Amino acid sequence: MKKIIVDNLKYRYPSAQELALKGISLEIEKGQFIGVIGPNGAGKSTLCQALVGLVPHFYHGAYGGSVVVDGLEVLKSEISALALKVGLVFQNPFTQVTGAKLTVYDEVAFGLENMGLDRAEMIERIDRALTLLDIYRYKDRNPFDLSGGQMQRLAIASIIAMKPQIIVLDEPTSQLDPQGSEEVFKAVDKLKSEGMTLVMVEHKIEKIAEYADKVALLSGGELVDFDRPIRVFSRPDLERYGVAAPVYTRICRDLKIKDEKTGLYPITLEGAVAAVGSLE
Amino acid sequence: MNSSIVVEDLYFAYNKGEEVLKGISLVFDERSTAIIGQNGAGKTTFAKLLKGLLKPDSGSISIKGIDTRNTTAAGLSRHIGLIFQNPNDQIFKSNVLDEVMFGPLNIMKEEKRARDLALGALEKVGLENELEQNPYDLTLSQRKLIAIASVLAMDTEIVIFDEPTIAQDHRGKEMIKGIIRELVGMGKLVLTIMHDMDFVAETFERTIVFSQGQVALDGSTREVFTREQLLKEAGLERPHVTRLGAKLGCSHTFLTAEEFVSFAKKCDHRGR
Repeated sequence: MKKIIVDNLKYRYPSAQELALKGISLEIEKGQFIGVIGPNGAGKSTLCQALVGLVPHFYHGAYGGSVVVDGLEVLKSEISALALKVGLVFQNPFTQVTGAKLTVYDEVAFGLENMGLDRAEMIERIDRALTLLDIYRYKDRNPFDLSGGQMQRLAIASIIAMKPQIIVLDEPTSQLDPQGSEEVFKAVDKLKSEGMTLVMVEHKIEKIAEYADKVALLSGGELVDFDRPIRVFSRPDLERYGVAAPVYTRICRDLKIKDEKTGLYPITLEGAVAAVGSLE
Repeated sequence: MNSSIVVEDLYFAYNKGEEVLKGISLVFDERSTAIIGQNGAGKTTFAKLLKGLLKPDSGSISIKGIDTRNTTAAGLSRHIGLIFQNPNDQIFKSNVLDEVMFGPLNIMKEEKRARDLALGALEKVGLENELEQNPYDLTLSQRKLIAIASVLAMDTEIVIFDEPTIAQDHRGKEMIKGIIRELVGMGKLVLTIMHDMDFVAETFERTIVFSQGQVALDGSTREVFTREQLLKEAGLERPHVTRLGAKLGCSHTFLTAEEFVSFAKKCDHRGR
């Protein structure tokens, strides 16, 4: 079942000369985890904003083609209607945290209050989201007393609590420590197993290689590739698009060691270990 | 040895009874140094204390012989520059050039010198064509580069980066790596707070691990990344290439892909 259909999407910001997105087309199935990669300025964040409707409803500008999210055409739908289907975790958590609430717990409750949920359901959802992101112990703290990484997890928890069917995450782990990043990817994997569809912009290539079902490679506002991670990361021209392949892939390529089954260079630790065999 | 920063038995708490830093003693020399640790381990607080934005509850910090308790952040600004984790905390001017010139002008550099320093710094971070832009019309990664340029333009002897690679792509990371190496080559003392273990392994000579407000490990980067169990206890992972070497049963601690490839080429490995 198609959860997201992007058809020949073109978009230009109001003050810009050039198109930020130049005819993107892709389809995402329910329950898939899609990694979006590419250099800065490739259009990754703009694509995220287009999936949740901030492009064009908030930013305005010139818009062509269409985006359909869970049956709703973005251009013809209110952001409030889209918000029930798709949630966005911003790149910078300081942009996302409302500043209107004095505790972490109330911050997560904010979106749920706006949805008009009853109290028992709200409590259950908040507890689950805070536990999933491992920040329950900070529930009584002021959000602005948290470290950058803790605040980023709060931003994710606030979206997860709203239980959208689709979550778009724009570099959600950029301020997290390694364990925190791993926890976010594990949380994303868990949400995926529950049938949620996830789209994540991320520069941590090794994590995308390990967890994503498909990878969208963007460059200069165009979709260069949309395929399984092993296919995208095996592209010999990947660096030309400002993306380094996973370290395991680069090592195996330098050593000319391919995975026997796929005939491609490994992209994960396990794949590299199996292909290299031993060093002694 | 150039001991520009000496920290002795440093304690600090934002709220009484909740100590964030507990007895930190460190001497920083000319080696480029990374400080790693979990979110909330006290790394950013430590950087703010070094910069003089916060004052020790007890213990002391000496910057180039100046006790931070006896001066202001402004008084230290000629010696030490701090690039904030969140560039929005640092940027307030309405165009890029003014933002980067602000620091040098404030330490009494004359206008032409300040402009030259700012232009040089903006060229280093690849923003020389954005001088008239409002920083808030640029992306987060570009604002982070503006914050870096603002501190570079101050030409301080000590430079502290707090998570410089946030929001940077591959090219941006390589550029920042180059800037750090250049500063170290110029004899500056460079401290960097980081979560990107691959970047740490490739760039820094010394690595310090903070855990729950204390120094859990301190040594050469290779020594530190050899200590798998201690790193795990501090909530950290080893670099990808280090893990690959360990998984293959190799006793050597690899820090870069190049090291691994060169070692592997010398070995008669099975599985080809």
